Amino acid sequence: MAHDGPPRQALAAALGSLVVRSLAVQVATAVVVAALVYLLVSNAAENLVRQGIASGFGFLRHEAGYDVGETWIQHSARNTYAHTLFVGFLNTLYVSVLGIAFATLLGIVVGVARVSRNWLIARLSAVYVEVFRNTPLLLQIVFWYTVMRQLPPPRQALHPFEGVFLSNRGLVHAIPVWTPVHGWMLAALLVGVGASLALGYWSRRRREATGASTPVLWPSLALVLGLPVGAWLLGGAPSAVDLPALRGFNFRGGATHSPEFVALLTSLVAYISAFIGEIVRAGIQAVAIGQREAARSLGLREGLILRLIVIPQALRVIVPPLTSQYLNLVKDSSLAVWIGYPDLVSVANTAINQTGQAVEGIVIMMTVYLTISLSISLFMNWYNSRVALRG
Amino acid sequence: MRTWVPMAAALTAALFLTPSAEAADGPTLAAAKARGQLICGSDGTRPGISAPDSRGVWRGFDVDFCRAISAAVFGDPDKVKYIPLTPVQRFPALQSGEIDVLSRVTTHTLTRDTAVGFDFAPINMYAHTAIMVHKELGVTEGKQLDGASVCVPPGSTIERNVADFWQQKKIKYKPVVIENLKELNDAYLAKRCDVMANFLPGLATVRAYQAPKPEDHIILPDVLVKEPLAMAVRHGDNQWADIVRWVVYATFETEEKGVNSKNADEMLKTQDPEVQRLLGVSGDLGEKLGVRKDFVYQIVKKVGNYEEIWENTVGKNSPLKLDRGLNKLWRDGGLLYSPPFQ
Repeated sequence: MAHDGPPRQALAAALGSLVVRSLAVQVATAVVVAALVYLLVSNAAENLVRQGIASGFGFLRHEAGYDVGETWIQHSARNTYAHTLFVGFLNTLYVSVLGIAFATLLGIVVGVARVSRNWLIARLSAVYVEVFRNTPLLLQIVFWYTVMRQLPPPRQALHPFEGVFLSNRGLVHAIPVWTPVHGWMLAALLVGVGASLALGYWSRRRREATGASTPVLWPSLALVLGLPVGAWLLGGAPSAVDLPALRGFNFRGGATHSPEFVALLTSLVAYISAFIGEIVRAGIQAVAIGQREAARSLGLREGLILRLIVIPQALRVIVPPLTSQYLNLVKDSSLAVWIGYPDLVSVANTAINQTGQAVEGIVIMMTVYLTISLSISLFMNWYNSRVALRG
Repeated sequence: MRTWVPMAAALTAALFLTPSAEAADGPTLAAAKARGQLICGSDGTRPGISAPDSRGVWRGFDVDFCRAISAAVFGDPDKVKYIPLTPVQRFPALQSGEIDVLSRVTTHTLTRDTAVGFDFAPINMYAHTAIMVHKELGVTEGKQLDGASVCVPPGSTIERNVADFWQQKKIKYKPVVIENLKELNDAYLAKRCDVMANFLPGLATVRAYQAPKPEDHIILPDVLVKEPLAMAVRHGDNQWADIVRWVVYATFETEEKGVNSKNADEMLKTQDPEVQRLLGVSGDLGEKLGVRKDFVYQIVKKVGNYEEIWENTVGKNSPLKLDRGLNKLWRDGGLLYSPPFQ
């Protein structure tokens, strides 16, 4: 009993220690969360069994029996639910990728225009930002869809220039007929990109070693654009074009983008680019004016100031909120349901309804969106770590 | 001696619990009675079938069957709260217990009866999937519709029927699938689609109520797939399923016996023992179901018999002017046939 003292003291010390206490709190939190999840899952499973509702993912192997309006891979009503859901997933991915690309380009233009010294351009882009940022996205989607629907029917389609038709069946435009030469052009493009990256690396090494600067921009452009054009010319310049033509109820040939897709893409790009514009403006304005002045006093050219001083510092401010906007765009693309673009949610809704397996369907949708969002987050975090301040 | 105690307990339980168990309400009926209201899942966007009128009062064919259940349970057809549901929302709403009964042009199918976890009342409307086209296309039958864009609601049997039909005809089509019925109708009316596919009364509703010029649209004679429409309840509450089933039969049987909302009070004095039993003048049919003794009288007096419901909502006395077709009594060459009220 005499040596009761030290262990008790040790225990008291351990309880008092910040590390042990924080560990205990974390373990307790984890246990509570796990218990809650278990409770929810087991309760749901039990209720499904009690109500005689089928559960499990076995339905994915069954024939779906419905068609999807727009597909990137071969699909028919005879395919399985898994295949049909994948078609919807590709549609979500398609509108998201194009949306992110266009919204970023437009957003940069708007953001740069916003800080322009030209009064008219700055005002116009301010109006753009305020209009598209301050109205609900769903409203904008319905607006653009209504605009698309008011276009004339295919037989009286708008025909602004050769090979492009705009009607209430969507946007149809001519595409080049695929030949092996196009494959070579793609290969030439990749070689060009690789060569210009190598050139940039070599030029930086040379500058660091000798201080001499080599022109990079124009040779790179020549490589990236010139090589594919050269390949095209060498291949005999194939210029056959698949022209759309009206046959029966619809256009045949060319590439068709449905009104639902055009409306959804337009509204997503308009909405998200307004936010990106503001982020870009904030990024540019976050670089203190003294930085530019200091660079000028060192005798740097305006182009170099932008590339070496302003953009690297602005990116640090721009990238983290930009990531959120990309995630928003992907998630907002599910509003497609309202106008009937066959995205993942729209396709999964039908599956849920035909099989009655709402829980599984929603789990699939959540998993897919989570995977897309986490992938974007991971990539953007990696990019952010590259542009962030080091040390 | 030891076995005696549980046996006595069991006997006591049997004595005291059995009679009350017989009278005890099932979970759905008990919940409805406790809240004093029936919660009915319905469409809400199809005039004639189910939609609020200009004063916010719900009216239509599906609505009248909810009112009939309310009349049977509460003796008042208006103790109903309507929940408007899209085709996609309707099944989770019933599965989760948000609504007591689904009366929303729902086709009875094997999957819904089993894997989805429902029980269906008797079919109260024999319909079929049909297709409506813009008249200016000059189309007279389905097989001329190669390459057409087809507006369909999602998650319905219609989406599947359309896929089957176009495949059988070996022609192509493009589905335009929109959940919101108003957007879907607008898309068709704005000529986004050449064709609108839906169950026949649904198409008639769009043509009669929503098209600016009803005569610009024709419903083709093709019968895609039969669509027997019925009310649905959750699988497992047998008493509630019985009530809903016999409410539907009551509308058939009253028409067959010539009882309607106008002569219901006179018919109470009839000498016909079958009608006496039906209207609850004699017998205890209502009590066996767990509703009012005179539940059939309440339905026919306050809502009407099947003929009245049909003609006032989708038939002769409505803008839809639908012919009853198969929805006639068996003795008139239709399919409506009620088992005996005995």
